[in-house]
Amino acid sequence: MGTSSSRGVQFRVASDQALLVYFETLAGKSVVGAPHLQRQITAENHEQVRKLLRLLESEPIAGVRNLHPAYSSILIKFDGMSLRHEALQETLLGYIERMKKVALPEPRLVEIPVCYGGEFGPDLKDVAELHGMTPESVINLHASTTYRVYFLGFAPGFAYLGELPDALVTPRLATPRRSVPAGSLGIAGNQTGVYPIATPGGWRLLGRTPAAMFRPDRAEMSLLAIGDRVRFAPISREQFAKLENA
Amino acid sequence: MSLIEVRSPGMLTTVQDLGREGFGPMGVSPSGAADPVALRIGNRLVGNVEGAAGLEMTLFGGTFIFPEHAEIALTGADFRATLDTQCIDLWSSAEVRAGQTLRLEATRTGARCYLCVRGGIAVKLFLGSASTHLLSGLGGFEGRALRKGDVVKIGTAGGGFRTFRKRKVAAKALEKLAPRKTLRVTVGPQSDWFSQAAREVFYRSTYRITEESNRMGLRLEGLPISADAGGEMTSEGVSLGAVQIPSSGLPIILFVEQQTTGGYPKIANVISADLGSLGQLRPRDEIRFERVDMETARSLLVEQEKLLASKELILE
Repeated sequence: MGTSSSRGVQFRVASDQALLVYFETLAGKSVVGAPHLQRQITAENHEQVRKLLRLLESEPIAGVRNLHPAYSSILIKFDGMSLRHEALQETLLGYIERMKKVALPEPRLVEIPVCYGGEFGPDLKDVAELHGMTPESVINLHASTTYRVYFLGFAPGFAYLGELPDALVTPRLATPRRSVPAGSLGIAGNQTGVYPIATPGGWRLLGRTPAAMFRPDRAEMSLLAIGDRVRFAPISREQFAKLENA
Repeated sequence: MSLIEVRSPGMLTTVQDLGREGFGPMGVSPSGAADPVALRIGNRLVGNVEGAAGLEMTLFGGTFIFPEHAEIALTGADFRATLDTQCIDLWSSAEVRAGQTLRLEATRTGARCYLCVRGGIAVKLFLGSASTHLLSGLGGFEGRALRKGDVVKIGTAGGGFRTFRKRKVAAKALEKLAPRKTLRVTVGPQSDWFSQAAREVFYRSTYRITEESNRMGLRLEGLPISADAGGEMTSEGVSLGAVQIPSSGLPIILFVEQQTTGGYPKIANVISADLGSLGQLRPRDEIRFERVDMETARSLLVEQEKLLASKELILE
């Protein structure tokens, strides 16, 4: 069993207990088997991901253990003792058929305070230089864009936000930092995001938020969820200190 | 409630159960025992449900004092365990009298040894599981590895202590469940990104486990291979045991504390029946990959589960 395609959806076996579902087409052609084409990250594909995720969460399929949504795909992990890829795929086709009727809720807009630059944003100057801009215009551009939460991955509460304005698209650091402090705001490629915990990381750091991105003692553990819209609000060092101690 | 006092924690000792599935949308990976087969059997030996929490020790075990009577089992790798001065057997239950000291040393076989205790290890659950997720500092005992002086609680599930009866795992079953160095894999979702030549290198080479391996992933060294289209792709969900090939060309096997999504092509995926073997691989161990088809992977899983559920597994 390899790839199979139906109604613009492709399935691919990931493991003996996991199946990948892709929502992506490029000029009507499947791109799954075409490695030379960069897969398209589009709002449309992402809406499909969210709709299927919503259906799978409201009407769980027996034997499915976990869902890993991403830009244009969902990895579905299941119990291989009670479910097979073929049967899961059949059931999913029924779900996909019904996706048209799924209404996604109006997205939440979450504002995240960020203190840009200085020790919190050690790469701000380099990013500005790389693009022939002033640090202030980098901040203005970054903070005047509304981002979409494509998915959470990497670490608990880490949201992949897109897209950065073209003028800010920047490659990752050649050598990742051994430790990036929690709350650091970074950019990589056309993505931006906040590190919820201190981890190694290769994104270029522009600033830091005092907001807790992930807290296990909170009802909504993760500040952000798939589909949210996000804006960053520049704050001063003083405001950062105040919010951090709040 | 009974306790275990940690006199010395060993190299890396954490509380683990079978992990927390279902939180992928939040970016939370399951974590859980690196060798779930060993943990499940350990729990059966002491009469727990098979997913009860135990202590997972890595390469060098700890020293633990039991102030009260307890029933324990050690499973997985042989860490030269002694109870006071007496050697105790792996893969069998043992009675601990109040005040006795359990001492474990450097491994003689694999990478991980499990200490299961009747009643299970009791910690505050995070998302329904007792498993420690080290990278994020969540779950388990205060989200971290055990330290000298910690006091770990023993639960009362299963009715606490019972009249002790020696139980051990049947030798035949152990033989069948023995950790493997030739890992069986099914093809990965991007296996067709790799040329025939690259795939041949992958399946014919011997790879060595590096020191940088941990619960997040096993990093391998050996002959590098590369995907035709390069080392990066649009991020997607990744499965446990996925063999991803980053731009360095050296494979990384994603493990229990893996990231939930990743952007490197996956050439293969370790089959479910061999995931426990991953937990027993030590730095410098040499492994190979053997390709099997999906039907074989499925029947090996079914066979293993049948064995784990069978009455013949445990001798009384």
